[in-house]
This record gives sequence, C-alpha cells and structure tokens, in this order.
Amino acid sequence: MNLLFTGVGGQGTILTTKILSEALVHMGYDVKMSEIHGMSQRGGTVNTQLKYGTKIYAPNIGEAEADIIVAFEKAEALRALPFLKKGGSIVMDEREIYSMPVLIGQAEYPHDADEILSKCVEHVSVVPASRIAEELGNIKVQNICLLGALVKLLELQDINWDALIAQSVPPRMAEINQIAFKKGYDLISAKKELT
Amino acid sequence: MQKAILSGDEAVARAAWEAGVSVAAAYPGTPSTEILENITTYKDDIYCTWANNEKIATEIAIGASIGGMRALAAMKHVGMNVASDPIFSAAYTGVNGGLVIVSADDPGCHSSQNEQDNRLYAPHAKIGMLEPSDSQECKDFTKAAFELSERFDLIMMIRMTTRVCHSKSIVQLDQRENIQAKTYVSDPQKYAMLPVNARKRHIAVEANLEALKAYSYSSDINKTEINDTSIGIITSGISYMHAKEAFGDSASYLKLGITYPLSDRLIIEFAQKMKKIYVIEEGEGYLEEAVKALGIDCVGKQLLGSQGELNAQKVRIAFGLQAAGEGYATDKTAPPRPPVLCAGCPHRGFYHAMGKRKDKILAVGDIGCYSLGVNAPYNGFDIAICMGSGFSIPIGLSKALEMQNDTRKVFGILGDSTFFHSGFNSMVDAIHLGANVCLCVLDNSITAMTGHQENAGTQKNLMGYEVPAIDILQMIYSTGIDQTCVKIVDPIDQKAMGEAIDQALETDGPFVIVTKRPCALLKEVIKANKGAHCTVDPDKCVGCKACMKIACPAMAFEGKKANITDEASCTACGLCMQMCKFDAISKAGI
Ligand SMILES: Cc1ncc(C[n+]2csc(CCOP(=O)(O)OP(=O)(O)O)c2C)c(N)n1
Repeated sequence: MNLLFTGVGGQGTILTTKILSEALVHMGYDVKMSEIHGMSQRGGTVNTQLKYGTKIYAPNIGEAEADIIVAFEKAEALRALPFLKKGGSIVMDEREIYSMPVLIGQAEYPHDADEILSKCVEHVSVVPASRIAEELGNIKVQNICLLGALVKLLELQDINWDALIAQSVPPRMAEINQIAFKKGYDLISAKKELT
Repeated sequence: MQKAILSGDEAVARAAWEAGVSVAAAYPGTPSTEILENITTYKDDIYCTWANNEKIATEIAIGASIGGMRALAAMKHVGMNVASDPIFSAAYTGVNGGLVIVSADDPGCHSSQNEQDNRLYAPHAKIGMLEPSDSQECKDFTKAAFELSERFDLIMMIRMTTRVCHSKSIVQLDQRENIQAKTYVSDPQKYAMLPVNARKRHIAVEANLEALKAYSYSSDINKTEINDTSIGIITSGISYMHAKEAFGDSASYLKLGITYPLSDRLIIEFAQKMKKIYVIEEGEGYLEEAVKALGIDCVGKQLLGSQGELNAQKVRIAFGLQAAGEGYATDKTAPPRPPVLCAGCPHRGFYHAMGKRKDKILAVGDIGCYSLGVNAPYNGFDIAICMGSGFSIPIGLSKALEMQNDTRKVFGILGDSTFFHSGFNSMVDAIHLGANVCLCVLDNSITAMTGHQENAGTQKNLMGYEVPAIDILQMIYSTGIDQTCVKIVDPIDQKAMGEAIDQALETDGPFVIVTKRPCALLKEVIKANKGAHCTVDPDKCVGCKACMKIACPAMAFEGKKANITDEASCTACGLCMQMCKFDAISKAGI
C-alpha cells in the first residue's frame, strides 16, 4: 500500500506518518517512510510518503503509484494528483492556506479544487478536519484528525491508537489528540452511511 | 535482538557508536545534518562537534584517525567540494584509526544548489566507497567501512542520497564494540605529504586500492541475485530498490555495495550469465562507464537520463515495462508554494530596505535562509553560487561594472554561519583589495536554514556545553577597516537599516553592514515573544496595501482590509507597523 501525505510546512504531516508507521510495524508489516525536509520547512509544500506490505523496496512514490493521497490542504491535493494510481482515493481537508504568490496577487487560489478532483477521481472524501480541530481549540490536531479518517479507510482499527497517540505527543496534548482521532475516524463511517 | 525504525542518517549515527568511533565532526547540510545531531545521543562515548566548514570537519577527523582513534566526518555533497583538499592528500597517507567520510548527495535538488554525483570523487580522490540502499545497510556498511579502512589503510567513503538519508526503515540494533585505541607512532614518511613522501605514498595507496578490489570480489557487501537471466541489472544504492520494485524477480541483479574500487571480475562473471545488461543508477553514468570499459554492452543513461531523482515508476517507463500517464490529470494547476521567510524573520527587514534602493544596487546572495530573498516581492539579489561566494563574487563583479562605467554598488549578502564557513576569508580579500563593495552579514545568531545548528558565534556547542562565542564584529575590525565604514543595525528598524544602506552607497570602497537580530524561531525568542502579535484596526485601515509589500505570511488582505490572519506565528516584530501611514497597526498581547 502506497500512501502520500501532502501539506504545508508546519501542518504536522511528518508526525502523522511517523505514528502510522509505528503502528504498521507493530502489526508486522515491512514499512518504509520517506520525508523531504530542508527548504520545505519554510512554509513550502511538504510531502511524506509511507509504503507498507510484506516486503517494501523503494521508499518513494512515483507518478501514478499512490493508492491514497492524504492532503492536509486543498490546493496541495490538486498538486499531488499526478501521483494517484488509477482507482486510488483522495482524503482531503477543505482547509485553504494561501501561498505567497497568492497573497501578493501573482497567482490565483483554486477554491474549487475539491470539486475538480471529485469530478475526475472516483473516490474523494473531503473532510473538515481543520474545522474540527479548531472547534476542539487547537488547529494543530488537524493532522491526528486526518489520521483517524485514514485509519478508518484502511481498516487498521486493530491497534490501540489511544495509547500510541499518547506516547507520540506531549502529555498535555494527549487527550485532545485522542478526541481529534476519534472524530476523524467517525467522519469516514458517517460518510459511508450517507452514500 | 532490539529493533528500531531509523532513518539512514540515524542508522549511520548508530553505526558510528557501535563501531567504537571516538571523534565525529561535520558542518551541517541537508540531507546529512541529522548524522551528527544523532551522534550527540552517544556524547559520553563520542566527542562530536560542528566545524566551521567541511574542510575543517574532515581535518578534525583526519587528526583523530592519525592519533589512533576511529573517526567520522559527515557532509552534504557540495560540502565534499570544500573538503576535497584534505581528502585528496590524506588519501595518500592512509589512516591509523579507521576514517570514514560520509557524503550525502541530493539528486533532485530537494535542498541544494546542484545535483553533483559524489561517486565520481572516489576514483579521483583514491578512497574506497560503499553505497547503502536502506537504513539497515547504512548501519552495516558504515561499520564495515571502519574495518576496511583499517584493514586496507584507506579512507572509506559512505555515499548516501536524500532518499537513503531521510527514509525510515527497520534496523536491528547491536552493542558498542570495544575498539582498542591505536598508539600514535611518529612516521613522517607516512603522514607528512612533502613531495618525497607523497610520491611513495601514491604507490602505496594504489596498492591498497588493488587489495580492496581483490577483496571486493568475494565480499558479501556486493550481492548477486540470479533469477531469470534474460535481463541482468547492475545497480547500487537506492537505485537497486527502484530497479527491484520495477523488475521484481523477472530480472537478475548485481547489487554493488562496494562501488569503488569496482570488482571487474564480479561484473564480468555476472554479465557472462546474462543475455542483456541494464545499468540502473541515479545521477551520472558512473557504473555504466565502468561496465562499458570492460567491453560489456549495456543500456542505462540513454534511457534514464542523468537529471533528477529516480523512482520505480520512472524505471518502468524508461525500460518500457509500463506506459506513462496511467494515473489522473486535470487542466487546473495548483499555484506555486515556494518556501518563504517566516513571520518575524529579521531578513525581511533587510530585503525591504534594500528593495527601496534597488536601482542603485546590484546584489549577490549566498546560501542560507536569506536565499529566499531572491523571490518576489523582494527580488533581493540576482546571483547565488556557493557558500562564501557572496563576499568574493562582488570583488570581481564590482570591477566588471567599474570597467563599463556602471555606477551601481555591488552588495554581498550572507549569514553568520556562512561568514564563519568561508565568508570571512572573502571579506579579508575584499577589504585588503579595497573593493568598492558593501558586505552585509545577516547575523541571526544561528545556522537557521539547516534547522538551528550552533556555530562559532553561539555560546553553546553541539554537545550542549558552554563555549566562548567568537565575536563577528571583532573579526571584522581585525581587518583594520575604517570603523566608520562598519554599521551594526537591527534590520527590522527601517530607518536605521535604510541609513546604513545609504551610507554604504555614498562610500567609495569597502563598507560592511552587520544586521543583528536573532532568528524568530529560536526557542528563547519564541518564549520572549509569547502571546505578542500585531493587530490591524479595521477602522483606521484604508486598504492601501502598503503593509502587504513586506510579504509577511502572518498577514493577508481580506475584504479590502489588511489583517493579521495568523496571530500565532506573528512575532510583533513591528515591520508592518512601519509600513502603515495611517497608524492602523499596533502591538497586542504584550
Ligand atoms: C558547502 C556547503 N555546506 C553546507 C551547505 C548547507 N547549508 C545551506 S544554508 C546553510 C546555513 C546558512 O546559515 P547562515 O549563513 O547562518 O544563514 P541563515 O540560514 O541562518 O539565515 C547551510 C549549512 C551548503 N549549501 N553548502
């Protein structure tokens, strides 16, 4: 299974991938996780990639190789599209973060990215993870909320996620992250019932 | 046995500890930085330090090796250019304690100024080379490299790439070996490279490389995997992973772990069993040329090219296993999202003031966070080549302008870490030569771009101990420059910043500006700024957008008014306040 996480520097994509790979190793999978940091820390696009299965060779994902794209930001989902495999899924937050070229009027933000993607990709779930995080009082837990949604989608519930989350974040942040995870998890089931 | 999920960098650090390394030095550089950062975990056993540049880091390691201890130096690919001088000559001397140089290359230029393939250094410098392809091999090969270094009296290089450094996979952990220190015995014929000794050592190093080459034939660091023999793939490092994923068991593999010296015999024997040979490698056609030189017909670069990073899909498409374009596409594209100067970044104030005087200035940048000033709206400089050059290119450039009666003043821009790296050498020449330039040291009290490493100007070292901070100003004054031609300013203070630039423009000859303000992301700074942010009074804001010119990521223009949209990252530096003629912005939360 090839997962591509994409977002903007500071959104916590790397932590999300770390927690998930930890869980997958527990479950006995061979796991490779690849992250690119450096220039990307300064508000640029950040991609992390996670591959798991019985035996994994290459750590990075090429075009048309991702089974699932998890986008923490709307325009980044659009940018990552070429990496999606035919028949793959996109889980995307509706959050919009304007890049500098947009802020200074040199480029236009694609507000309709979710609609465009829904038209051309069969499996797109737009989730309000950042809104839920804000309602919980900390936008930073957006990443764990998305992780919850992804775990549901991948049917990886046989793991004590609450414990794993608690050991991966500072103690005072454990509870809010656990709640965010649960809310994200429920988002997908609710959606499935709707359709 | 204990297992852990480690990145390649973490695995090299672990290997250094397990292999009994005693001294490790580096200059930071993505993707190699985490090697030394992780070695600090073992600081009770390993003396580890940042050096001012890669040459110094390498020389520290060489000294420790000659002194009888196992030593490691790590650097990014371009760092090896800086370190090449000692490497080429220490290759002749050989080692006492094992000596390993780690080169982390960056195919795809994720965070570098070029894509150079440092495998080419190994034959040129006459050092052995191992190429790991995942974290377990990073650990195993690094440990093997120390053994080989001592056994064959050679410097060994571990050649990594971004995907090897920054990918995490499962690694088996072992204990630290008890390595006996080797006594230092005075031996100038081996260690003092004057011509008379160097000529003899050249013969010795060639013989040692021959011996390693013979060993390489039977070493299990190279792996032969025979499956279907219609296609034989010769590969190394991360490229093996891409090849294996693309071809699976439908091809046979010669996965070379020792990529210098290459075992000709191994390659010939493998090729003889195969109908067709593909060479799959990222970067230059290093293996391919070696295979062809043995008279073996093969295909590689002609299909793969030498630019960018490989992945399995590129391999599939290049070798016709799969057609391109089997995914999704839309016409709509995402707007670019380049990295930007952070909210509160001191460099923003510098670039804004420079921008106001653009027609009188031609600026040369360098490598650091301030490199981001090249982007709009600052368009802060035109030229950036390599570390330190920000202060030496202006010497030649100003001459060229002068010869053509171009009256613009050439400004050079670099940071504190770059100043210590090599910028000071260039400054000395500029002042010594009386060049008509303005040299700007953007001192944010840390090596920021690579993630906040200490440097010679900080009061702590890599191991967290108190050390004397070297004073940049005293260094500048030591050149004897007229002190009225040195200005120290807070770059956020636009009046002072502008005056300093104006004074530089009025001065004929060398002028120095030192901007002093710590990086906004430093822990102490974040703590001091806690809760503070700017706020825009919508009643006073007339929507003139003057404040938007500084391109601060904490601000946006919404509903015809400016607004601080990201109070959490706003540091209340106050640069936007200075832009506003209507007093609409004030500080809050203090
Ligand atoms: C020869 C070489 N070594 C290392 C690097 C990696 N590198 C890029 S920027 C940088 C640090 C710059 O720090 P500083 O000059 O203090 O500027 P800041 O980022 O703090 O603004 C380093 C180490 C490089 N590009 N070239």
